[in-house]
Formats: sequence, C-alpha cells, structure tokens
Amino acid sequence: MLYREAGQFKATYAADQQIFPIRQDRIVMIALVVFMFAVVPAVADQYWLSAVLIPVLIFALATIGLNILTGYAGQLSLGTAAFMAVGAFAAYNLDLRVPGIPLPVVLALAGVFAAGVGAVFGLPSLRIKGFYLAVATLAAQFFIVWALVKFSWFSNDSSSGVITAQKMHLFGKVLDTPAQKYLITLAVVVLLALAAKNLMRSSTGRAFMAVRDMDVAAAVIGIPLMRTKLLAFAISSFYCGVAGALYAYAYLGTVEPEGFTLDLSFRILFMVIIGGMGSILGSFLGAAFIVLVPIGLNVSTQWLNGVLQSMLHWSLPGSLTSNLELMVFGGLIIFFLAVEPHGLARLWQIGKEKLRLWPFPH
Amino acid sequence: MGERRIGDVVLALERISLAFGGVKALTDISFDVREHEVRAIIGPNGAGKSSMLNVINGVYRPQQGTITYRGAPRHGMDPHAAAALGIARTFQNIALFRGMTVLDNVMTGRNLKIRTNFLEHAIWWGRARREELDNRRKVEEVIDFLEIQHIRKTPVGRLPYGLQKRVELARALAAEPELLLLDEPMAGMNVEEKQDMCRFVLDVNEQYGTTIVLIEHDMGVVMDISDRVVVLDYGRKIGDGTPDEVRGSQAVIDAYLGVTH
Repeated sequence: MLYREAGQFKATYAADQQIFPIRQDRIVMIALVVFMFAVVPAVADQYWLSAVLIPVLIFALATIGLNILTGYAGQLSLGTAAFMAVGAFAAYNLDLRVPGIPLPVVLALAGVFAAGVGAVFGLPSLRIKGFYLAVATLAAQFFIVWALVKFSWFSNDSSSGVITAQKMHLFGKVLDTPAQKYLITLAVVVLLALAAKNLMRSSTGRAFMAVRDMDVAAAVIGIPLMRTKLLAFAISSFYCGVAGALYAYAYLGTVEPEGFTLDLSFRILFMVIIGGMGSILGSFLGAAFIVLVPIGLNVSTQWLNGVLQSMLHWSLPGSLTSNLELMVFGGLIIFFLAVEPHGLARLWQIGKEKLRLWPFPH
Repeated sequence: MGERRIGDVVLALERISLAFGGVKALTDISFDVREHEVRAIIGPNGAGKSSMLNVINGVYRPQQGTITYRGAPRHGMDPHAAAALGIARTFQNIALFRGMTVLDNVMTGRNLKIRTNFLEHAIWWGRARREELDNRRKVEEVIDFLEIQHIRKTPVGRLPYGLQKRVELARALAAEPELLLLDEPMAGMNVEEKQDMCRFVLDVNEQYGTTIVLIEHDMGVVMDISDRVVVLDYGRKIGDGTPDEVRGSQAVIDAYLGVTH
C-alpha cells in the first residue's frame, strides 16, 4: 500500500490530535506491537530475548526518561544511572521488606522513590543551566552510588553492596523464563512510552518545551518555572527508576552500585542524542542503535574471520578485531550525527516526508 | 470606527523609579491606563519604554513607586501573578518557542486555564482530553482571527519575521487577556504587514474590548491608532495626552529632534 494521506480528512480536533494522524502509521504501529507481544516470544530464542530485546527495551525506557528531561525540558543531566540505581535498590528493598507486595506496585514505587530523589537533585536547575547544571547533576551520580555502597542497609548487608534480585511474581505465577521476563518488560515499556507520549503532547509537555526554548517568555505566560523544572526532573527520574528496577529484575538479576556508573549515564545520553532529542520514537531508535550495532559488528567480524580463514588460512588477531569493532562503532556514530545532527528520529521523519511524495521529487 | 466605550482607570503607575546599579532606567514616572483604551508609549531609543512594560508585568521590580491594577496597589508585580491577573504581552525581539509548531506555541498561551494535572495528561482520557480539545477550539478561534490557519503545523523557526510577530500576538491572545502589552509589534515590518498588524490590534481592541498598551516607533501608526500617548525620554516622562496634544508639545519635539539639554 502506498504511504499517502490523501483522502484522510480530519473532521474533528480529536482526530487531528491523534498520536499517529496518518492511517498507515497507525496500522504499522498496531501490527508492530501485536507482533512484539504475540509472535516474538514464540519464535525468538533465549539469546535474542535476554541479551538483545530485553536490554533494548530497558535502555529505551531510561532513554525516554532522560529525553523528557533533556530533549523536552532542556535540562542537561548526567545522573541517569544514579536514578536507575535508586530504582533498582528501592525495588529490592520493597520486595525484601514488604511481604507479598505485588510486582506492579514494586515497579511503580521504585519509580516514585527515584522521582523523589531526582526532584531533590533537580533543585540546582532553579539557578543554573546547561553545562553547569550537568556538572551539578554529577553530584547525584557520585553521591548516590557512594551512599548505596556506604550504607549496607540498602543491600541488606551484603558484601560490597551486591544485590541479587528476587524472583518476579505476577498473579501468583513466577516469571523466570526469558519469554516471561521479556513480556513483562515489554508491557511496562509500551505502557510507559504511551504515557510519555501523552504527557508530551499535553500542556505538561508544552510547558516543558516552553521552558526549554525560552524561559523568560514561559514565565510571562504564567508557566511556573520552578514547578515545571522540578516536575521534569521527577517524571524523568520516575522513568529512569522503573528502568533501573527492570535492569536488575528482568535483565541482569544481580547488580551492584558500581554497575550504575557515569559510564552508563553517558551511554544513555548518547542514546538520546543519536536517537533524537525531544522524540519518544527516537528514544527507541537510539537505544536499539547503541545496543544492536556492536552486536552486529561482532557478528560480521566473526563472519569475516571465517571467510578469511577458509580462503587464506589466516584470520585477524583477536586484539585487532575487538578494537576494529570499537573503531567502526565510533565511526558510525560520527557518520550518523554528521548526516543528521538531530538524530535518527529526524532521519526517519525526513524519509517519511520523501515517501509521501514518492515518486515525485516535490 | 464604532462607539469606543473607554471606562475607568484599570492600571495606575505612581512615581515609578527603576535603576540598574547606577544607571537610572526610569525616574519618577506616573501615568494611568483606562479600560478598553489603546495607550501608546513612545520615545527615542533608550528612553525606558521596554523597561516600563517589564515593570508592568513584573519582569523588573521597581525600587520605588506603586502599581495599582484593578484597585489593588502593589510595589512590584511578578510575572506569574501578572499573567494570572490577565496581563499578556509580546516582546520586542520575538520570544516564541522556536522548537514548537505554531499551534503548540499558541496552545501554551492557555497554560493558566489548565485545571487537570500531569497524571491525567499521561492517561489522556476523560477530563484531560476534553480540556485539551476545548482549549484547541479556543486556540483555533484565535488562529482564525489572526489568519494564520495555513501555518498552524509549521515550526515557528521556519516562519518569516512578520508571521512570527503575528504568532506571538496569537499566543498572547490565547490567554484571553484583559490587558495586552505590545512591545513594538510593527518593528521591522513592511507597509502591508504594518497595515495588517494595525488592523489586528484595533480588531482585538474593539471585538474583545481588550485594553492595549503598546510601544511603537512609527509615529504615523501611533497617532492613528492610539487614544492617549505617554512620551518618555531618558527615563523621564515628558509628555502625556491625546495624539494631537503630544504632537504639539515643545518638549516632545525637542526630544525627537535632539535639542541639547
């Protein structure tokens, strides 16, 4: 079917304000979600579920969180991993100390705890902006990781703060197969992504973007700057907190505070930048890019080595291949940003606009 | 022009003085604005006109003087309170949200009318959805009024200057203000754009009864559309009255022609 919106007239404002106003987009999205829920768990093997799809979904959730703060509300933050750690450790302690607490409540409260901590560390944003704010959020990054190691109560007195996530229970069933973990992750991510999209197209999101684009004008319109910025930090940290809890429960199983380093914060910031600032779709694209491309490169260098081995009886030395992968990965990031500084989401949008006119040039 | 029902004083500024460090931006200025009138503030560059608007809607807080709006005297506004009291404004060098579409920009103008909270927005159902659609309807009325229907989905950064000015006016009008402050709404426009903007300003004034305070450099425009004019020079008031009175004042002529003091 051609990608055209001809003949699709909007007779009401409700129809005009849908998330996907073009019918073809709606059909593809619904088909994709149905495919992810119904087909993928049946056909994907354990490696694909546990090592590819689950991390992509979890990182996408954290990226949505940072994107709300940085892409929509314009507040730079380097504390993402720390807010994820708060979520992970909050979930662990809730599960440990509140008997019989249901999983959805654990996840929601983990997010709420992270939101509270995020709002506190968002306080400097009331006075400082840009790079200076980013440096101030580093305080969150270092303080939270330090506190989780220092006070062993958080990790139930385990050595060096390592926690092993409890088994997930839902409606009396234990979720321990990769397919079950994938499905719960997918459900949470789809639900929260939809909520994020709704938030960003409502007056809350418009207030965030107004503060991002020009804070004086926003204040004159009557948007309370303090409340809006702290709300952005809280909502963003909520998403990071839920992502952190899933990171521990559905992905790694065992985590320690040192796993949530500045490195992870930067990784998620890259996902935001490569995916596209201020785009929910871009958050998924960015997370998929950063997780999938190294895997793809690894597979292709192995394949290349196999070919070289069979044809020349010689293969690349191991140290070279791993460095080669990093170099190609870095090169790809630079290439994509040079082609489209606004990220993959913009590239996607331009592609769609071209497709609407195809085969005519304009 | 129809019957203009100019009413009582809605805004009175008394002995306002504002200084930035040693620089005196405004010295001892008093004037008032009556309901439904078009009040112009004129003066040479650096006379303190924009500072005056910033005092009225609380971006600046004067060191001395009182601002009485709708009978309530205060020493200084704050921007949020001013907006809540129905004061909207545009800026001299366009202060639109460049990353957002025209529609979203104008929708932000209705932010103070929002009664639902962010949790309801996340669910986008029931009350929040109804409120959003009601606001959209109101915003579309403003978009129709200012004839910017064709650009409603365009990001404002891509629009030419004249249209951006019009979008900024739309955003201010979306708040349904009682007092509208316009900082050089026609600066940098060609003759046709100026005529359009004059028509919009007068239409707003007549149809919605909005009180308007505007700063403008084009004397032809000022004399044509305003009911009363305040003249500032070096932060002091040197004239106040109808356009004809101001035009005849020797102090005003001297200020504009640059007589040595």
